[in-house]
Amino acid sequence: MKKDIILAGVGGQGILSIAACIGMAALSEDRHIKQAEVHGMSQRGGAVQSHLRLSSKPIASDLIPEGKADLIIAVEPMESLRYLPMLQDNGWIITSINPFVNIRDYPPIETILQEIWKQPQHITIDADQIAKECGSVKAANMVILGASSPFLDLKVENLEKAIRSIFGSKGEDVVKLNLAAYHAGLAYAHKNG
Amino acid sequence: MLLGDEAIAQAGIDAGMSGIYAYPGTPSTEIMEYVQASKEAKETNIRALWSANEKTAMESALGMSYAGKRAMVCMKHVGLNVAADGFVNSAITGANGGLIVVAADDPSMHSSQNEQDSRFFGKFSFIPILEPSNQQEAYDMVHYGFELSEKFHIPVLLRITTRLAHSRTGVDLKTKLPQNEIKLPDNLRQFVLLPNIARKQYRELLDKQPNLEKESANSGFNSLSEGPVKSLGIIACGLANNYLMENFQDEEIPYSVLKLTQYPVPVDMISQLYDASDAILILEDGYPIIEELLRGILNSGKVIHGRLDGTVPRDGELNPNIVGKALGKQFRIGSEAPAFIKGRPPKLCDGCSHTDAFVALNEALEPYGKGRVFSDIGCYTLSALEPLEAINSCVDMGASITMAIGAADAGLVPAIAAIGDSTFTHSGITGLLDAVNNNAPITVLILDNSTTGMTGGQTSSAFGKVEDICRGVGVSEEHIKVLKPLRKFHEENVKTIKKELEYQGVSVIIPRRECIQTLGRRMRQKAKVKAAQL
Ligand SMILES: Cc1ncc(C[n+]2csc(CCOP(=O)(O)OP(=O)(O)O)c2C)c(N)n1
Repeated sequence: MKKDIILAGVGGQGILSIAACIGMAALSEDRHIKQAEVHGMSQRGGAVQSHLRLSSKPIASDLIPEGKADLIIAVEPMESLRYLPMLQDNGWIITSINPFVNIRDYPPIETILQEIWKQPQHITIDADQIAKECGSVKAANMVILGASSPFLDLKVENLEKAIRSIFGSKGEDVVKLNLAAYHAGLAYAHKNG
Repeated sequence: MLLGDEAIAQAGIDAGMSGIYAYPGTPSTEIMEYVQASKEAKETNIRALWSANEKTAMESALGMSYAGKRAMVCMKHVGLNVAADGFVNSAITGANGGLIVVAADDPSMHSSQNEQDSRFFGKFSFIPILEPSNQQEAYDMVHYGFELSEKFHIPVLLRITTRLAHSRTGVDLKTKLPQNEIKLPDNLRQFVLLPNIARKQYRELLDKQPNLEKESANSGFNSLSEGPVKSLGIIACGLANNYLMENFQDEEIPYSVLKLTQYPVPVDMISQLYDASDAILILEDGYPIIEELLRGILNSGKVIHGRLDGTVPRDGELNPNIVGKALGKQFRIGSEAPAFIKGRPPKLCDGCSHTDAFVALNEALEPYGKGRVFSDIGCYTLSALEPLEAINSCVDMGASITMAIGAADAGLVPAIAAIGDSTFTHSGITGLLDAVNNNAPITVLILDNSTTGMTGGQTSSAFGKVEDICRGVGVSEEHIKVLKPLRKFHEENVKTIKKELEYQGVSVIIPRRECIQTLGRRMRQKAKVKAAQL
């Protein structure tokens, strides 16, 4: 079992929480894990990515080789395309369709979505809307995690446990919100994947 | 699961470290932050506070070593430039308690102004270097590093790079060691580098080198594995080992490989590899240091491949693909990213106080024209980009004030310096003293957001002290002006800046408003405490 995952987004959008949940769930299934994070300058509203590698065997490189990623999980649609060279032929893109516009020349969202829909395997999801329905747009990243979870080879109960543990310090309401968002994303993936 | 930085911190705690000294800098910051957050470290009274800069951190750590205890000092690569005087001379004084200097290099300049390779500093100073190839080895090397330091009475340089620092994985921990008791150096003149003592100490340092080389050969961190194919031998330094292994996931590496993670270089191991191979490939996640040494000036020996002959790109960090290509491997890369994707550079946060300060400065400077604002390193450096385009330099910490002095001397009056509060106490105070002593016609903006913002909001040594420092250095009271950088005070702020620009001496303007990030964090914390009380 090996899953090489690129997580993509904009600094401050919460890709590290997604990574933390997947990492914790993978740990409880005795996987080897390596996760290269981006800290520092790019966190100020810049493009950020994280390489997350799960495997039943020891992992050598912290970085995924180009063309070897199984999944691109993105919380922002343009960012999902930035890392296409990393994705293998039959890899999946799971991305939010909600643009984060903090640059002047952001391309038209239709152009971006059409390009994503041209890729062989993809799930596009209105994560903001679904998160809002669950209680807060802040949980959009957990909607994306939910939509990705059928592709992770990890048990749903372990991902749930990870969400509980990671958001536990913020109170039961926050845990419930994030679990609801996770399940809404998961249901969407089952319907549309 | 620990970041490389956290593995180093935990290793320090486990290996009986009594204190850690640091100034923040990506990618080294999380080492100190981990110790500060550690309950264990608190219970065992491990000293863990930020220093004003890397030099003060280096010297404080050396002081702790003098007293016989184990100390660690951490910085980003350019921090070692600041700490260089202490670092180089600490090789000559030698250490007493174990002393580890962690320098975190940033090849590809993810968050830095250059990609200098700290191994040069180690070699330059005759200090042994440990360059871990993964997070586990980073952990183990801290334990070993303290032993090595105490055995040879010498500081040890632990050189890491961004990828290792900021990548998370499982790490096995060793049993905890107690801290050392206070024990003075046997020779109370060991640390007195008067020439006649220094000469003797320097000879001793040189005499240690052959034994340090033996350590490199025997400690187990360096290893030579022989392969059946003789056409190529590979020297893989530090992290490059992982990228090499990544390219041989389903097969044995056919070549002989020297895993090089401890220096001074073990010459016997190198010559064994050299003799057994027709050509050599050198993989270094940094400058081509070993490559240059092995080539020599004339490059008249066997063929050496690496960064200097283009087998590996001359600059930037390594990755599995670069290493694969150097080995002649073919791979399938994913489809190209579409051309309409736009860059998304970092920028100042919405509501950042720096924005309001620079909008006011830009307007005040309109009569003089562009090109006279010397700035420094911090979040505010982002004001060089659109839409503010407010500053014209960023060189090294503290250079804003001093460059403004030189430009004013050349006749560029007014010259403006823009420096953050943390950068001011890091390296700006002495420059301001120069300005006062020269009565330089410069206007200094000390952008006080009450934190070290760029690196994630660490305590700033300047907190609550900026005006007092300026007064103490000799800036006259009527030319120290505090502003509130908010849109509603814009007109007033422009007026104040304009007036000080006209003054033919040193004026200091302090736009002061808390960093929006630390403010948010503080408010959330407050709400949490309140919720807990209900
Ligand atoms: C010698 C050196 N040490 C550390 C750094 C890392 N560094 C860059 S900016 C910065 C923080 C500056 O804080 P401040 O001056 O208060 O400005 P702010 O980011 O808060 O606006 C640090 C620590 C560096 N570039 N060079």
